[in-house]
Amino acid sequence: MGAAPVNRIIRFSSVDGPGNRSVVFLQGCNMNCRYCHNPETRALCIHCGDCVDGCPTGALSFADGEVRYDHSKCVFCDACIKTCTHDASPRIRHLTPEETFAEIVKQRPYIRGVTVSGGECTLYPDYLTELFSLCQKAGLHTLLDSNGTLDFSAYPELLKVTDGVMLDVKSWEASVHKAVTDLDNGDVLRALSFLASQGKLNEIRTVVVPGLVDAERTVREAARSVAPFLDKAPVRYKIIAFRPMGVREAYRAYETPDGAALNALADIARAEGMTDVVVV
Amino acid sequence: MREITMERVNETREKMLDVVKSRTLTHEQKVANMANLADSLLEVLELPEGLDDLLNRDITEGQCICDLCEGHAPLRPRYIVPDYAKFMKEGSKFLELPPPSDLYEALNSLLIFYKHVPSVTNFPVYVGQLDQLLDPFVQDVDEETAHKLIKLFFTHMDRTILDSFSHANIGPVPTKAGEIILDVVGELEDAVPNLTMKVDPALTTDDFILRGVKAALHTAKPSFANHPMFASEFAEGLSAGTDCGNYVIASCYNGLPYGGGSYTLSRLILGNIAKRAENREDFCTKILPEVCDIMARYMDERIRFMVEESGFFENNFLAKEGFIRRDRFSAMFGLVGLAEAVNVLLEKEGKSGQRFGHDEEANALGVRIMDVIRDFNAAHESKYCEISGGHFLLHAQVGIASDIDVSPGTRIPIGEEPVELHDHLQVLQHFHKYFASGTGDIFPIDLTVHRNPDYVLDIIRGAFKENLRYLSFYSADSDVIRITGYLVKRSEIDKLEAEQNVKHDTTALGMGAKHNGKILERKVR
Ligand code: SF4
Ligand code: SF4
Repeated sequence: MGAAPVNRIIRFSSVDGPGNRSVVFLQGCNMNCRYCHNPETRALCIHCGDCVDGCPTGALSFADGEVRYDHSKCVFCDACIKTCTHDASPRIRHLTPEETFAEIVKQRPYIRGVTVSGGECTLYPDYLTELFSLCQKAGLHTLLDSNGTLDFSAYPELLKVTDGVMLDVKSWEASVHKAVTDLDNGDVLRALSFLASQGKLNEIRTVVVPGLVDAERTVREAARSVAPFLDKAPVRYKIIAFRPMGVREAYRAYETPDGAALNALADIARAEGMTDVVVV
Repeated sequence: MREITMERVNETREKMLDVVKSRTLTHEQKVANMANLADSLLEVLELPEGLDDLLNRDITEGQCICDLCEGHAPLRPRYIVPDYAKFMKEGSKFLELPPPSDLYEALNSLLIFYKHVPSVTNFPVYVGQLDQLLDPFVQDVDEETAHKLIKLFFTHMDRTILDSFSHANIGPVPTKAGEIILDVVGELEDAVPNLTMKVDPALTTDDFILRGVKAALHTAKPSFANHPMFASEFAEGLSAGTDCGNYVIASCYNGLPYGGGSYTLSRLILGNIAKRAENREDFCTKILPEVCDIMARYMDERIRFMVEESGFFENNFLAKEGFIRRDRFSAMFGLVGLAEAVNVLLEKEGKSGQRFGHDEEANALGVRIMDVIRDFNAAHESKYCEISGGHFLLHAQVGIASDIDVSPGTRIPIGEEPVELHDHLQVLQHFHKYFASGTGDIFPIDLTVHRNPDYVLDIIRGAFKENLRYLSFYSADSDVIRITGYLVKRSEIDKLEAEQNVKHDTTALGMGAKHNGKILERKVR
């Protein structure tokens, strides 16, 4: 079974779904969100070699026109990521679903589930299907974190082994969505109602960036379209304040919204029938 | 009684005067200190040869054995664990109290009883399996009244038990009273009493544990005990309540037999003992067993005096009325600084890069040292420890405020914790099993977890599957924090640092630990 580029695996996480979970970050994304909080996961390495010399521990080397990465030598100083001007990372390991699962299962007594994130993890649907079926067999709950560009209805096998999807709804207005991400939102909105209707939507996330996104309309419409399906599976609405930390230089100037504005958005989601709304 | 020099008498008199004039000690603290100083003039114990050289040194000057200031003529056991269930059922003749008939009487009777439970600190180190004691009475009043009364009861304890080595237990079975207790401690954010939830995977519900986790994120308690593990280690005979096992958690995190307790606790300072050894073989086969032997004989002598000469078990009402039984006492064979011992021995072999908690060889050496101590104890017979098969109970001591460069028990030194919590837990798996009379690890938890208490629930459930014994959590921003085993308020430490009086004597210990033990620098998870 094909491998996927794994940026990293966090063994214990308290912020990627219910309970304690291991999180797999896959590399590569098909959107270009202005406020991306981990831009180094966006692209695949083009092996320009710029980052090799700055590595303090010799974890990086250059051979046969490729950057080689030695996981055992890395001290996770992030110097390479800061050097890279291609939104990439040299610290990618190409792992098969079985290899990935082997790293997850070590944590098993302590974790209740696995979340796969990115980048955009649904760029690797076959890998996900295989990984999640291994996880489900081991009794682990499976979530994936997606921007909604995959046509989930075309992947029934993946859906079968996925307990839920945490979906980013960035903007309800197509033109705004395009301005923020370079892509239309038609696929995202289709994914939203499809997943909700199948009881596979776990969480909606909207990042609030004053002056960039139409958060009010987005929260209202997203909540409204999902609320009728809440009896199929509970859905959390997570309203996330933009924070400049980690964001690319050019886009750091956006402001962080204040608490009152965020709570007003939460009230809108509740008024539309969402019961589990959190602001972070 | 042996003679002592006039020089020592005068030294002690100077110390007494210092206590009298102290600006920061409360009245109660002064009285306790004066009593300890008076006791220090007595010489009634037959001390084993070689003890003096190991015991009477400063910790920075190679002290190898520490008796935790228990005094020279032990007049009562160190830790007393009364059978409060019996008291609820029968009342007490000595205290002239009939059995309580409702929640008001039950709480009042307990508060009276607590004032009559001696200990090394003069405050009760165990205040009962409170959920089981109170649950029958809670059923007869409306919930609001029960909540109010229990809240007043807890406030009373915090303001009159002036020492946070005092410990209440709840669980493993969820009860109405247990739920109210968790809600109340979460609201009060007080340091006293300490609280442990016994967790049994078959009996303790997720809801009950989560209620505990939420309280802990507010107020650093309860801690969580692996109930099946403790229950299997303490002989049957007398239980704290339905499905509660024959043990309790008292003081910091000490597993002790119910209706008895511990005569005494001394500790090996393993790092300093390791410094005396030439290499690991010398340490494991000669030096360490010798020090163990001297400490064990010292403890036996203390126990002998207590049982045969002090008269405590003949005269104290607790024993006379059967709230404690002499044959349910054992003693705690403690240790600190396993990490330092391992690191010292590896340094002697030129392997200073290999550190305890990080390196396989280092961890394996830690296990070997523990096996030596376990085997020593299994071979040493202690006459009056019948309840634990004629042997002591091993105890990973949490350290005292004046310890410098000594990590509690088998803990990984603060500042050297593995980056990944999972790696940290995997190291602990090797060590928790040895310590029937207690060990534990403490994790400050990141604020984001307030939104996901299930994260902590999963770690507790996983840890107990992996045979960890005892875990504590607190939120990185809370006022009540866990020092080494006991709880202190940061705001009270601040007061003491500004030379104001504070009510709990443990606050001063917390202040010492903050400076010497770096406890505010633990790795947040
Ligand atoms: S993070 Fe990058 S630069 Fe730093 S050690 Fe690892 S590979 Fe080298
Ligand atoms: S990670 Fe970035 S800087 Fe390093 S070789 Fe790849 S593209 Fe170049």
